[in-house]
Amino acid sequence: MDMLPLILATIFTAATPLLIAALGEHVVERAGVLNLGVEGMMIVGAATGFAAAVLSDSSVFGLLAGALAGMALSAVFGVLVIFFATNQVATGLALTILGLGLAGLIGQNFVGQPRGAIAAIEIPLLKDIPVLGKAIFTGDPVFYLSLVLVALVAFGLNRTRIGLLLRAVGENHTSAHSLGLPVRRLRFWAILFGGLMAGLAGAYLSLIYTRFWSPGMSAGRGWIALALVVFAAGHVWRLVLGAYLFGGITVAQLHAQAGAIALPSQLLSALPYLMTIAALLVLSLSGRKGGGAAGSLGQPFVPER
Amino acid sequence: MLTPVLALVVAVLIGGLIVALMGKSPLTAFRVFILDPLTDPWAMQEVLLKATPLTLIAIGLLFCFRASRWNIGAEGQFLLGGICGGGVAILAHGMTGFWILPAMLIAGALGGLAYAAIPAVLRTRFGISEILTSLMLVYVADLLLDYLVRGPWRDPKGFNFPQSVAFSDSAVLQPLFEGGRLHAGLLLALAAVLVAFVLFRRTLFGFAVSASGDAPRAANFAGFNESRITVLVFLISGALAGLAGVVEVSGQVGQLRPGFGQGLGFTAIIVAFLGRLTPAGAGLSAIVIAVLLIGAESAQVTLKLPFDLTRFFMGLLLLCVLVGESLNRYRLEIRKGGA
Amino acid sequence: MLRHSFKLGAFALAVGLGAASLAAPALAQEKLKVGFIYVGPVGDFGWSYQHDVGRKAIEAAFPGKVETTFIENVPEADSERSIEQLARTGHKLIFTTSFGYMEPTLKVAKKYPNVMFEHATGYKRDKNVATYSAKFHEGRYIIGKIAGKMSKTGTIGYVGSMPIPEVIAGINAFYLGAKSVNPTIKIKIAWVNAWFDPGKEGDAAKALMDQGADIITQHTDSPAPLQQAAARGNLAFGQASDMTAFGPKNILTSIIDDWNPYYIERTRAMLEGKWASQDVFDGIAKGKVKMGPYVNMPDDVKKIAMETEEGIRTGKIDPFTCPVIAQDGKAVECKDGKLNDGQIAGMNFYVQGIEGTVPK
Repeated sequence: MDMLPLILATIFTAATPLLIAALGEHVVERAGVLNLGVEGMMIVGAATGFAAAVLSDSSVFGLLAGALAGMALSAVFGVLVIFFATNQVATGLALTILGLGLAGLIGQNFVGQPRGAIAAIEIPLLKDIPVLGKAIFTGDPVFYLSLVLVALVAFGLNRTRIGLLLRAVGENHTSAHSLGLPVRRLRFWAILFGGLMAGLAGAYLSLIYTRFWSPGMSAGRGWIALALVVFAAGHVWRLVLGAYLFGGITVAQLHAQAGAIALPSQLLSALPYLMTIAALLVLSLSGRKGGGAAGSLGQPFVPER
Repeated sequence: MLTPVLALVVAVLIGGLIVALMGKSPLTAFRVFILDPLTDPWAMQEVLLKATPLTLIAIGLLFCFRASRWNIGAEGQFLLGGICGGGVAILAHGMTGFWILPAMLIAGALGGLAYAAIPAVLRTRFGISEILTSLMLVYVADLLLDYLVRGPWRDPKGFNFPQSVAFSDSAVLQPLFEGGRLHAGLLLALAAVLVAFVLFRRTLFGFAVSASGDAPRAANFAGFNESRITVLVFLISGALAGLAGVVEVSGQVGQLRPGFGQGLGFTAIIVAFLGRLTPAGAGLSAIVIAVLLIGAESAQVTLKLPFDLTRFFMGLLLLCVLVGESLNRYRLEIRKGGA
Repeated sequence: MLRHSFKLGAFALAVGLGAASLAAPALAQEKLKVGFIYVGPVGDFGWSYQHDVGRKAIEAAFPGKVETTFIENVPEADSERSIEQLARTGHKLIFTTSFGYMEPTLKVAKKYPNVMFEHATGYKRDKNVATYSAKFHEGRYIIGKIAGKMSKTGTIGYVGSMPIPEVIAGINAFYLGAKSVNPTIKIKIAWVNAWFDPGKEGDAAKALMDQGADIITQHTDSPAPLQQAAARGNLAFGQASDMTAFGPKNILTSIIDDWNPYYIERTRAMLEGKWASQDVFDGIAKGKVKMGPYVNMPDDVKKIAMETEEGIRTGKIDPFTCPVIAQDGKAVECKDGKLNDGQIAGMNFYVQGIEGTVPK
């Protein structure tokens, strides 16, 4: 079968931006903060990344600039929810609206400009493994980076001191505070990381996934990333599974059509959302209340004076 | 009351600065964005027309948000309302009768209510956060609408375009004024504001809702346990969003078609917060947001300012309000602490 | 989407004469204001973008005499206000450029009898509402011939938007063109159910290539499918605008929507007070559909393409020359040796040889 590695490669590319953005939000939520502004940070990352890449004629610089733009936006969110203790749901939504507008303004003069591809990296020997070799080891640099990031985040959250502190803060900020942990500072760092990832995911969209800028090109992927974090219920490996499943369903649907198999496409498109809800139900029935979300998720923390 | 006004002023100043940076006159922009829609009768009608669904949804959201239940899927409940109400209109196509409109409104409210019950029950029975389940159901509703207007409910004479038949006159909310587009939905929105006002001011239920957000135990004393409150606020907010959906479909669009939601369910969240979670505030801020949206269109025509600027400005405005709100609260708390 | 029956209606002719008197010649010193409503952002580089190119062409053609305005991103479900906004701010000629604006345009037109409206791809007219559309399927017939000649795998991928008649007719014309030069050619179709979603369009192109397509064509608006084909070294076509920049070595040609001549002609009619309601459905012959340069192909294929284009221009070749056999094996009813405009504008069946069914 020649087709399988190609299909897998398509799925990986479709899933990479979802995975990266979800990875960032995962860390944010572990720290007990809910940032609904992923879509906004992502699209600003896409616009800024593309603009920077065109101006500097370097896609690598573009990716970096996109990531930083996402982070800058998340800093606004962080200052508001952490230091002003504003409502996280409302602040996140405001960030998305602001981001959509801002991205349109930034990208205004870059519409319709093409960009060359970033060279794929082929890993010798490994790429000759049947099927998987060709699918996995001939990807773009950011695809590999996303896998490295997955490992880093998994390791960082579970095996390092800072990860432990972060999770403690997310689980119960009051007791974390009484233990003397810098709740607000830790959360702020987590939020910045989330913004960095969302921005990078956005830049991936405009520089690698489809190599041009167009308004609204994130097309709801930031929201899917949020759903993925719920689906993962606290486990990084399930984040990976979820992202590739989401990507896989989209691609499978197109393949079914191309193969002249009639399927109600709306049902397939709705599947990821329904599956996430079903997964939460199963988790809950197996006795895990709260679907694995951090204990103080979404609640503002105001230290006692 | 002062905080949102102050926030508006700050946001307008920052917005004006950006307009100036883009090389346009901030004063003209102010006139086009804010003064014109409020002084021209045609634009005023359009503002109220836009504010109608926003108010209805936002009033419902107040109940949820005051109780700290985060229903952010109002857009989905809005769509379901439109689908159920519109479904009645499609089934009754070609018929006449005074019963059609009331039946549509009831079906719409029930549709939104039922759809909001899903995240509510998932939370109370299974402990699943309502924030993302309600959000994900928006996309499911969107796809359901898409399926219906491309499949079973597609207008057989519509050349395969994804849209239903145009509703008959008996299924359309008629305009209030000759030649205008403002329809009776406005009265429903006004009624919703009044009822919510009374509920929050005068009833134990209203007290319990507010209390359950700040101090869940107090709500328990009032005889409302957390689960009951959760389900009730979701049902109310779903029913109102559903009602808004059918009102929009019947009064403004006149048929079912993809995208009739226009993100109003999300915009209403801004409206609710902008109005500081009070009923009168929701009505007023619905008008403020509607003014901005209508103004944005004139700004495109007369000043050639891009729509993105308005979006940016709306986000900015909400952020300013949230900061103002927080400063207000802090000051109170510091004063309390000092006493 | 317009129908022959409407076009020939005596009604349209009668009111057309009446409309001429409605449109008084604009005063010399007063600029004519022309407005546009776009469904997408002007930056989509496809449908809305091309209409905006037409708008700029009007400004360039009548310096100092006209002033143009546009409102972008107007949702179809909430367009009545936007259209009226233009009508009440002194715009005398208003182009509404998406099918979904049909009912709102008619409603506003009733209220503003002195404003002339032009609705793209619609089929309902009034004394101050004209309709216009383009025979894009003519271009698709030409690229079908090119694809049939150039494909090595014998499979062509088609990225579809929505199964409306314009798109179905495009698929049929494309297939008939390809089959005329390569009887065993196969096409695979993937629908993205959107006019514009770069990510999904690109994925659809990839899925089609994974299934063996070595040439990609699209009826969606972004350059993503072309770009993805180029990334894999496959060939593709541009859509709506000249997309050469997105795959200079892999593009064969583009089907270009050129609204400029039509928009200029209608603006001139307005200036001279000769505007009348009408219905126009034309293509290559009138220059509304144009072909980009034929590149990346051998001379004999280029020759076929150019001859086909010329044949369509002069009327010698028609993509839907009878007999047209539908998928069920039955010949389509046919009068003058070819399908009429109404049949094309309302097409909802695949021709024989295309696999799959028209999606619901």
